Amino acid sequence: MPQTETYNDQVVRLFLLAAAIWGVLGMAIGVFVAAQLAWPALNFDTPWLTFGRLRPDHTFGVIFAFGGSALMGTCYYVAQRTGHTRLALPRLANFTFWGWQLICVLAMVTMPLGLTQSKEYAEPEWLIDLLVAVVWVSFGVVFFATLARRRIKHIYVANWYYGAFIIAVGLLHIVNNIVMPVSLTKSYPVYSGTVDAMVQWWYGHNAVAFFLTAGFLGMMYYFVPRQAQQPLWSYRFSIVNFWALISVYMWAGSHHLMYTALPDWVQSVGMAFSILLLMPSWGSAANGLLTFNGAWKRVASDPAAKFMVIALVFYAAATTEGSLMAVKTVNSLSHYTDWTVAHVHSGAIGWVAMITIGSLYAMAPRALGRPAMHSRRGMEWHFWLHVTGLVMYVASMWTAGVTAGLMWRATDSSGTLIHPFIDSLIAVRPFYLIRFLGGLLIVAGMVVMAWNLWHTAADARARLIKPIPVPIPEPEPRQMPAPVPARA
Amino acid sequence: MAKGYKYFEAIEKHAGKLAIFTAIMVSIGGLAEITPLFVEAHSITASAGVKPYDPLRLAGKDIYVREGCYLCHTQMIRSLRAETQRYGAYSVSSESVYDRPHQWGSKRTGPDLARLGGKYSDEWQRLHLLDPRAVVPQSNMPAYPWLADEPIDSKDSVARVRAVQLLGDPYSAEKIAAAPAALEGMTAMDALVAYLQGLGLPAEVAEDPT
Ligand code: HEC
Ligand code: HEM
Ligand code: HEM
Repeated sequence: MPQTETYNDQVVRLFLLAAAIWGVLGMAIGVFVAAQLAWPALNFDTPWLTFGRLRPDHTFGVIFAFGGSALMGTCYYVAQRTGHTRLALPRLANFTFWGWQLICVLAMVTMPLGLTQSKEYAEPEWLIDLLVAVVWVSFGVVFFATLARRRIKHIYVANWYYGAFIIAVGLLHIVNNIVMPVSLTKSYPVYSGTVDAMVQWWYGHNAVAFFLTAGFLGMMYYFVPRQAQQPLWSYRFSIVNFWALISVYMWAGSHHLMYTALPDWVQSVGMAFSILLLMPSWGSAANGLLTFNGAWKRVASDPAAKFMVIALVFYAAATTEGSLMAVKTVNSLSHYTDWTVAHVHSGAIGWVAMITIGSLYAMAPRALGRPAMHSRRGMEWHFWLHVTGLVMYVASMWTAGVTAGLMWRATDSSGTLIHPFIDSLIAVRPFYLIRFLGGLLIVAGMVVMAWNLWHTAADARARLIKPIPVPIPEPEPRQMPAPVPARA
Repeated sequence: MAKGYKYFEAIEKHAGKLAIFTAIMVSIGGLAEITPLFVEAHSITASAGVKPYDPLRLAGKDIYVREGCYLCHTQMIRSLRAETQRYGAYSVSSESVYDRPHQWGSKRTGPDLARLGGKYSDEWQRLHLLDPRAVVPQSNMPAYPWLADEPIDSKDSVARVRAVQLLGDPYSAEKIAAAPAALEGMTAMDALVAYLQGLGLPAEVAEDPT
């Protein structure tokens, strides 16, 4: 290998830009649909602006466009840094960027037009699904080809998670989307009824597991030690957690279908495995948090690290809550209510968004050839806006969910139901307003981040960046545990 | 280092092995839970008294999907007393065998619709879809005025019936031949209301001799 090999950060920068834009857009749509629930006049009697058509745009926008772009960008960054090698197959890597953006635009445009499979988190129609499959396989090829040419013998933990994320999501996507096309814009799934529900929630739950959890754990395992400037708390612990997490998660999908027509044994298996899941979930959260041990002073003065710490706390909280909600008696109250929405967003805004934002703040200056982010105050502002909005969102939806759940089951002394359905809606409408306000704060924070990144990228925009050389000669090949990621 | 580590080390230093073991580990759970359901699915189809959607209702169901009604409404009454009291008998597997995709839903911003059929008149349903707040002032359901002027494309609808027939849902040749006439002059509103009025239909299930 020539002495002059450099990291390929070009494609990383593109994904960074995309993540910032989709983040603002996806969450802004979230705020808009939140407003529609509070003020239905905002549906404007216009087909493509109605709640039912825009809500999938919110979920697709934040999960696949924002989260997906951030995951792919950091994945390429991390695989190079932890392997001391340049990204393999640069043209294919560029194709994954443009392909993924095309998919996101197509999906975000066609869903409001009413083209949907109605499977949550897998709404786009079959043509887009085919494109997803092609881009996803290419992503896997670039990632594993990069691992194959690494110079560090041990594959660092972060890459196991990114690898599992790529493999599992590919598998889930293909199995869940087997359909019979009727025309270019309409298809019917080969599964129906109960089987379709089980396949869909096996997919839906594991999209949470491998997209919203494993992928972001990959991010966490690299950027947390990087930001704490010390090695992972326990390397061996992360091995146990990894294998436990990926094998247990796949069993738990049926906790989305408690007390439904799904056979009882599947529900019970789902419940048991969901409780088991607590262990690897807490394991990863603890491993991340303990990595900051001894560096807490630095955390207080480093907004990126603060985002990571709160993200880990919310990861532990959301998984604890999830395991609780998977207990059948608890689920009988929480299912179908805003409690689920509160759980979703303490995972999504607390864990997913915060670990992403923390990692982007950690990665951006390095990928953009700057010593630090443009504005520290901007980062501080973002942190407080985000956390305040998050607390408003989760607290209000949790209250709304429990309120509605209790009202639905309340009976008087003769055993008849007390509340007509509409009463529960009237009771939760004020909380929809609080959620909307919390969402506004969160989006405001995202705009601050986009502004901050834009200025941090001044050199990149002027094309002044010098590529960063890969550290060669090779490090000690028998290093164990795998070395702390190279300082960029 | 613990003894067990050396087994793991072999995987950790080899990208291909890591990928293969990961793929195996993630496949087990799904296979174990879904395969038995596939086997069971056959017996459900055979014994149920539920009929496939006639062409108009199928078109209505597709509009239900298109408009995202499932994001606020469930069609799955759980086997809990508070639910059966409010919505009627709990839902069973054989009722949704012709639902492609299923419409069980996961969020009740509005009430469950699994046993909606016959609860209101067609006229009520129309008014409610045109302007929910004219009927229930506190509702936050969107209005769907455009459905009333949207004609059903009968050629496309027949293609859709043929597609689900190919997937195994039983439709007779006569039924398909009669479809264009049945869809003549129908609007999206007619189709959606027909679909809603067919939901649950305990009478039809009871009628069936099997
Ligand atoms: C924003 C969430 C939302 C969406 C989207 C939505 N609904 Fe509703 N729906 C409600 C609420 C809330 C109620 C209860 C108040 C009322 O009757 O308007 C309701 C009530 C109903 C009822 C009366 C049920 C009963 O038992 O009284 C029917 C029927 C209905 N909706 C059908 C639909 C159809 C069909 C669609 C899609 C075209 C749809 N809804 C979309 C929220 C929604
Ligand atoms: C600005 C912040 C946000 C706001 C205001 C917001 C708002 C909303 C609203 C109103 C809904 C519909 C709830 C319902 O149907 O009752 C929703 C659903 C959802 N949102 Fe968000 N959201 C935000 C951020 C996010 C983020 C960052 C993610 C993920 C990374 C996310 C993921 C989801 C998911 C998965 C659902 C579906 C939940 C379910 O089906 O139970 N949201 N959001
Ligand atoms: C140990 C880990 C977890 C367990 C056991 C768990 C369990 C659950 C349960 C029981 C539900 C309710 C299903 C229902 O009643 O409809 C649920 C919903 C959900 N959870 Fe979790 N959860 C976990 C972690 C997470 C995390 C980290 C996220 C990250 C964002 C997340 C995202 C979601 C989403 C998006 C839904 C809503 C699905 C829908 O109805 O549309 N979960 N989870």
